Amino acid sequence: MTIYTITQLAYVVSAALFIFALYWMNDPKSARWGVYSGVAAMLIAILATWAQPQIIIHHGWIVGAIILGFVVGVPLSRVPLTAVPQRTALSHAFGGLAAGLVGTAEYFLWLHGEQHNLTTFRMTAIIVEIVLGYLTFTGSLMAAGKLQGIKWIPQRPVTYPLQNVGNIGLLLLALVLGVAIVMNPAEAWSSSVFLGIVGLSLVFGVLLIIPIGGADMPTVISILNAYAGLSAVAMGFVLNNKLLITAGALDGSSGLILSIIMCKAMNRSFVNVLFGAFGQVQAEAVSDGEQKVYKSETSEGAALILEQASLVVIIPGYGMAVSQAQHKVRELYDQLKKRGITVKFAIHPVAGRMPGHMNVLLAEAEIPYTDLVEMDEINPDMPQCDVALVLGANDVVNPAARYNKTSPIYGMPIIDADKAKTVFAVKRSKNPGFAGIDNELYFSDKTWMLFGDAKAVVGELVKQLSLDTD
Amino acid sequence: MEQMDYISMIFVFMLSTFIGIGVIGRVSRLLHTPLMSITNAISAIAVIGSIIVVGSDHPLPIRILGAIALFSSMTNIVSGFLITDRMLKMFKVKPGIIKGENVKK
Repeated sequence: MTIYTITQLAYVVSAALFIFALYWMNDPKSARWGVYSGVAAMLIAILATWAQPQIIIHHGWIVGAIILGFVVGVPLSRVPLTAVPQRTALSHAFGGLAAGLVGTAEYFLWLHGEQHNLTTFRMTAIIVEIVLGYLTFTGSLMAAGKLQGIKWIPQRPVTYPLQNVGNIGLLLLALVLGVAIVMNPAEAWSSSVFLGIVGLSLVFGVLLIIPIGGADMPTVISILNAYAGLSAVAMGFVLNNKLLITAGALDGSSGLILSIIMCKAMNRSFVNVLFGAFGQVQAEAVSDGEQKVYKSETSEGAALILEQASLVVIIPGYGMAVSQAQHKVRELYDQLKKRGITVKFAIHPVAGRMPGHMNVLLAEAEIPYTDLVEMDEINPDMPQCDVALVLGANDVVNPAARYNKTSPIYGMPIIDADKAKTVFAVKRSKNPGFAGIDNELYFSDKTWMLFGDAKAVVGELVKQLSLDTD
Repeated sequence: MEQMDYISMIFVFMLSTFIGIGVIGRVSRLLHTPLMSITNAISAIAVIGSIIVVGSDHPLPIRILGAIALFSSMTNIVSGFLITDRMLKMFKVKPGIIKGENVKK
């Protein structure tokens, strides 16, 4: 048995373990097994690749790069959970960069050596690999910057005239260059064209993310996830490596599924989002001139009403993450539970800045995951709900999505907070939400506003409730 | 060098995409954030491509590209698996909470 065969067999084992890793993620109880399985798969893959004496000579370089990876990777895994979206975006950037660089290296290697390796199939795969890799790299860096709130990256969507036309033109140009180089991989001008495609992909990644705002981030992160996976698949085609293809395809399909879920949850078409924010309807702030009146409530009053409830549904949104309110929310949860009140959390799929963001934050505060309920499951129970506490969420509870055809969020599935008997909405300011539209829930007869930072307001509620028990 | 067998590669791609869709479709929605971190780590399988580029007897500039790629992939592997595990540890049914309690009857 040659070392080549052993390596290939090890890859088969590794691929199977990767599939198990994802399979065990279907339940929180078995999910940690998924991590162990993934780690084992990765170890096997690395060792099997490394142990090919006729290929691998420069061990020092490998060890050095691996150590550096640990030096950067370990602190990156210790970020606060509110920063998980930007960490995820950053790691998509690393993934894209790795694919792009390996593609570049392979191309120049073959160009200056065994040119017969530059077959049409392989060249196509290399071009796909570098385009996806480099655009994922800059795109994810931009997304991470936006999420982190870095000053020189605009947070608000940036639009300019002919944006879509320009972007599509750029994409077409890259496509034409790509076809040219696939046909003529080894001409004198080929390497300049190659670098041109690299440059275009880098620019394209930036332009793709510029027009995207915070509320679209869950979708965009999912798409970048799929791109990073697909660039690994392309690398597998280039290197004739089926393990790369399998693992990349698993990642790609995960990104695909999450993107579809996010799209459905925002009522955006999949094609629309797949090509970035192309054709996105820019929300016009609709104001009919009429001054509407909010009713505010004090924390004393709100606490009294909360005490009388038998079912309280808390609807968290990005505002909870921003003010790091999850631990105060846990105290509120305990106070209410102590009184025999049922407390549930209604989780909208796009609440927060990435898929599942709210669940992780609430789990961090050790709220049992059995009380985190999906939108579709909680909505039938909303009419029985005594108090809906909207905590830093906005568009996901806007009833206009149900019937107002002119609204930018029309058709988006929402949590039926308006069907609860009483609504408390915690909001930092009187500004409209991301979509730039008024939320009529706030003006409803049964809604009382609690203005202030989510953490401070919930803290006040907890204080009131604990005063009452003593 | 073995023959380029691209039809079988496309087959592998097609089948693993379907496996991926089947398996991921069943992942609990609670765990979508950890799912994304673990697939991050898994897609860092690009590490094996990087090892081949950096470890072989190639010209220096090529190996430098490979080294950067290897560093990037390793960062993803390490941080991806560690943070996934860190998040998953937090998901628990607290002792004393009755299992299966639900708003629905």
